[in-house]
Amino acid sequence: MRTREYIITQILAYVVCGLAALLALLPFVLLLIASFTDNNWATANGFSYFPEKWSLEAYRYIIGQWEVIGRSYLMTIIVTFIGTAMSILVTTLFAYAITQREVPGMRIISFMMVFTMLFNGGLVATYYTYVNYFHIRNTIWALIVPNLMMNAFNVILVRNYFTNNIPFSLIEASRLDGASEFGIFFKVVMPLSLPITATIGLMAGLGYWNNWENGMYYLTERGGGHLYTIQVILNNINENIQALLKNQSIISGLHVELPSTTVRMAIAAVGILPILFLYPFFQKYFVKGITIGGVKE
Amino acid sequence: MNEKTKKRKKKIRWKRIWPFYLMALPGILYMLVNNYLPMFGIVIAFKKLDFRKGILGSPWAGLDNFKFLFASADAWVITRNTIGYSIVFFITGTVMAILVAILLNEIRAQKMKKTCQSLILLPYLISWVIVSYLAYSYLAAEVGLFNKGIIEPLGGTGINWYNEKSYWPFILVFVATWKNLGYNVIIYLSSIVGISTDYYEAARIDGASKWQQITKITLPLLKPTVVTLVIIALGSVFRSDFGLFYQMPRNSGTLYPVTRTLDVYVYQALMNNNDFAMSSAASVYQAVVGFVLILVANKLVKKYESNSALF
Repeated sequence: MRTREYIITQILAYVVCGLAALLALLPFVLLLIASFTDNNWATANGFSYFPEKWSLEAYRYIIGQWEVIGRSYLMTIIVTFIGTAMSILVTTLFAYAITQREVPGMRIISFMMVFTMLFNGGLVATYYTYVNYFHIRNTIWALIVPNLMMNAFNVILVRNYFTNNIPFSLIEASRLDGASEFGIFFKVVMPLSLPITATIGLMAGLGYWNNWENGMYYLTERGGGHLYTIQVILNNINENIQALLKNQSIISGLHVELPSTTVRMAIAAVGILPILFLYPFFQKYFVKGITIGGVKE
Repeated sequence: MNEKTKKRKKKIRWKRIWPFYLMALPGILYMLVNNYLPMFGIVIAFKKLDFRKGILGSPWAGLDNFKFLFASADAWVITRNTIGYSIVFFITGTVMAILVAILLNEIRAQKMKKTCQSLILLPYLISWVIVSYLAYSYLAAEVGLFNKGIIEPLGGTGINWYNEKSYWPFILVFVATWKNLGYNVIIYLSSIVGISTDYYEAARIDGASKWQQITKITLPLLKPTVVTLVIIALGSVFRSDFGLFYQMPRNSGTLYPVTRTLDVYVYQALMNNNDFAMSSAASVYQAVVGFVLILVANKLVKKYESNSALF
């Protein structure tokens, strides 16, 4: 039934949602176009959706600097893979253990986990602990361990999934068949938990891919430059520009090489490309993760 | 049952359950390293830290660090900014998300609906560093699209965005809402989809207009979700999104009065000034007040939406 009201609602819905979608998309388009704009033209006329002079110069520069960019890319991939794998393993094992309520001590361990959501030592204490007691500075672990590997939120998601979706009878049956507890976990529980594993794996993977804080806290140019990920490099470019702006007179003696504006945009574009590329494939699990976890955060 | 079988029973029990401790072990170790040891590091705030002597060897400073912190003008500014932005972000975020979610739910063309939802979620997936690059392409004084593509061609003078305080509250609210809209829309959309169609059917038969259906059915039924999220937001009102407040203003000193929050202050005092005293005091101040707020929030959740209580 096409009443006037129906039509008005439809128009309103299309306009508002379309506008929101467009607003979300347009900055990415500008970033991409900016990375393909001729640098001199951009310097004179600013970034534009319709630049008059295009150029591949920025990408040629990146390929020329592949030793740095390529290595940081590889580093990002390595960190994301190792981090995500460890994150999934630690989180699911822990979550499965705390579902065993009859095992003495599990309630206390559960509470320990929830308590981390309520109280934390803060950046200063965390930084001091990692640097002075674990000597994590300028090691690859600095990018993998602090804050990213396991969080209470994901543990709760997985625990709830285990208690609601894994039939206890199945576990009992495997036990009677003489399977070990680890055997049951890896051969019975995990295969049945693929959706939730994919969800927390995606969240963890995205967290690792996007992380720049750990690199900023724990890596130094001299000792940890070889560990830089794309995000850390992008952040460093920002910091160098800010330092230049702040103390022009002090730094002018130093040799700080700054990539041109279009090159910076191109590095950023290269940094988000894999996410844009994989997004259609992982969207489903991602949305599921938000839906089941959203209100419980 | 004699002694022997009793003993055997106990043995079997341990044999059965020890693997679970082994499973929990990596997680427990991680929490000890990442969460619990740093909690003891809080004593830094009460010490006059001397690196050569370590935390325990350093002399006590009592509450001096806190006195210095609260005597500075920064303390009030960063507290106000942290709380103020948290509240405004929550309100704009919720209103926009409910609006978009309701309208998205009205769209009949599945393809359009899917595309919109996918695109709206896009900003949520990228890091704040990348967002700062996106924003820079619009806001940069020399090459930004706003100055070069809009203001100057229209005959105006370009605005030095990164040095102009007055715009930043709006910029930050806009960007925060923009980045998190997709996430919030999904939450509300899932609540809306969960509402039984019978209600709308009945309302339509009674001649209710679309507007009435939204205000009389959808919104009231979204209330529990909103209440839960309000309370959770209350618990985290003392936390700020470090990435947003650190990356977006590009460390511009003139913007500090309107952009610096507790998290940014702690970081800058620690890394730029190596000021363990001030940064640890601010850090503990944030942790303790945040803890109290979460306890209060959880009490409130238990009262209104007991299903969503944290513990």
